Amino acid sequence: MTTTAARRVEANIEPKPTKTRRRLSPGRIVAWAIMILVIIVTLFPFYWMLRTALSTNPGLQANPDSWLPPEFTFGAFERVFGLQDTEQAIAEGGSGTQLNFWRYLLNSVFVSTLITVCQLAFSAMAAFAFSRLNWPGRDKVFAIFIGGLMVPSIFTLLPNFVLIKQLGLIDNLLGIALPTMFMTPFAVFFFRQFFLNVPKEIEEAALLDGVSKMGTFFRVVLPMSSSPLATLGILTYISSWNDYFWPLMVSYTDSSRVLTVALGVFRSQSPQSGTDWAGLMAATLVAALPMILLFGVFAKRIVNSIGFSGIK
Amino acid sequence: MSSSTNYRSLGAAKRSRASKQDLRLAIIFLTPAAIGFMVFLVWPTLRGIWLSFTSYNLLTPAEFVGFANYERMLGDPVFWNSMKVTVEYVVINIGLQTAIALIIALLMHRLTQSTLLRGIVLMPYLVSNVVTAIVFLWVLDVQFGVANQVLEWIGVDKIGFLSSETWAIPTIALINVWRHVGYTALLIFAGLQMLPNDVFEAAKLDGAGEFRSFFSITMPLLRPIMALVLIMTVIGSFQVFDTVAVTTGGGPANATNVLQLYIYDVAFGRFQFGYASAMSVALLLVLGIITFIQFRLTRAGSSDMN
Repeated sequence: MTTTAARRVEANIEPKPTKTRRRLSPGRIVAWAIMILVIIVTLFPFYWMLRTALSTNPGLQANPDSWLPPEFTFGAFERVFGLQDTEQAIAEGGSGTQLNFWRYLLNSVFVSTLITVCQLAFSAMAAFAFSRLNWPGRDKVFAIFIGGLMVPSIFTLLPNFVLIKQLGLIDNLLGIALPTMFMTPFAVFFFRQFFLNVPKEIEEAALLDGVSKMGTFFRVVLPMSSSPLATLGILTYISSWNDYFWPLMVSYTDSSRVLTVALGVFRSQSPQSGTDWAGLMAATLVAALPMILLFGVFAKRIVNSIGFSGIK
Repeated sequence: MSSSTNYRSLGAAKRSRASKQDLRLAIIFLTPAAIGFMVFLVWPTLRGIWLSFTSYNLLTPAEFVGFANYERMLGDPVFWNSMKVTVEYVVINIGLQTAIALIIALLMHRLTQSTLLRGIVLMPYLVSNVVTAIVFLWVLDVQFGVANQVLEWIGVDKIGFLSSETWAIPTIALINVWRHVGYTALLIFAGLQMLPNDVFEAAKLDGAGEFRSFFSITMPLLRPIMALVLIMTVIGSFQVFDTVAVTTGGGPANATNVLQLYIYDVAFGRFQFGYASAMSVALLLVLGIITFIQFRLTRAGSSDMN
């Protein structure tokens, strides 16, 4: 709500300079031309995914340069979701093997949701303890937490794999979620910044009204920080959805395979010649679609969150 | 921030009671995060360093071998090749990405504040590395890929983008430029927004052109931001794995066998976790040194703004 209001205010001030700036100088034309080129290069692979996914493989091989889908069909999508019978699948250039797509989708949703919800909750709780509670040694403990930022996540993957194996959680969805489920130093740091900005007076007023200290977390600090919570939540969801290296280490069978790993397997199992490109593109599109939709809804929030306010 | 400001009015006795209450609550609130921190961050870091001094195959207990893994590493031509390939990748990837991102950011800064445009630029970043890799595998396919079709129209010979030893690394670097350049551009754009406008106005009044004001004002002011951006992107770039694993798997003939891929292969292909850990420590050291040097060279801490 506040952002739209702010926008309107900006719009009221803006018109004057824009009018003078809008004159089309040669420099501006070149600048816009470069910008349009950037947009085309950015969007082209998405279009090509769609165009390929809506084709048959024989059609693709006959017309590799056609800009529209050759031999338009939804067959590839049907194949991905296991709705196509083997005969037709082979006629359209599919392999005829079944892909457990729903299972992968469900696994991805489960893992990403678990990581996002728990990581956010636990990190916010820790950030509350580091910002709104007073206890001896607080700032020292916080400094140690922040020290965790110095270790690139890639370094902990191997030892974490050994640990997950010892816990007997290999090929288990919980094993995929566990290492990032509790906290990340960045999330704690990020929330602490926002919690520090919640005015003391509001908290003290709540305390006087008989709200407990824990109550101030749920009733005052959290509601007042809902915007950064949502932003980091979306970003965490997207990055855990897209993660590949760690789930690749942990999952071995369909029961724990997430979409990214399944796509990698699908790709490496397809033969060098006669790859089912239409099916592969349909599958990648379906795997990417939830994030693209999520982005469509929250684009403004995500785009504006990128900056240096939280050093991300 | 400390207890003294918070409860000054309430008196010392109350303060210590509140502080005790706070401590109890803090312990409750910190427990989950602390467990995660200790078990999945501190412990694995120490264990990774310890494992690098052992011989360990997951099945039998780790056996201390001193510096044997490190000695092997220094004499391992595949390791040095991986280092070389990774550095090559990082140089191409970061060089192009930073240059293009800077151009996009400057153009956006001068042309438009449109959220839609920024959204479009950011879109590739939301798609996973795996999806990106597969899409480009198809676009760059030697037989049926549209890129080679376009080359054919222009009259250039087909290029085995991902199957030729010379092209594979630049191609992978470019694929990841496509995915990350928008994010980097928005970071720089955010930095540009923070610069004070009056300096530019003053330069304009003094008759400085676009290029003059870019090199004399924008770049010096932007330096600390570029330093932060570089540190973040270089560290990310060194960890490249997904794209290589999906597109080339390290081939042809180790031409794209980046360090992370080699580490993965040694650990999960040959079950030599000790040696793999030693190489991870090496990567950690390299990243630490690079961060330090970049911080020094670009004087990231200071800005010309004050």
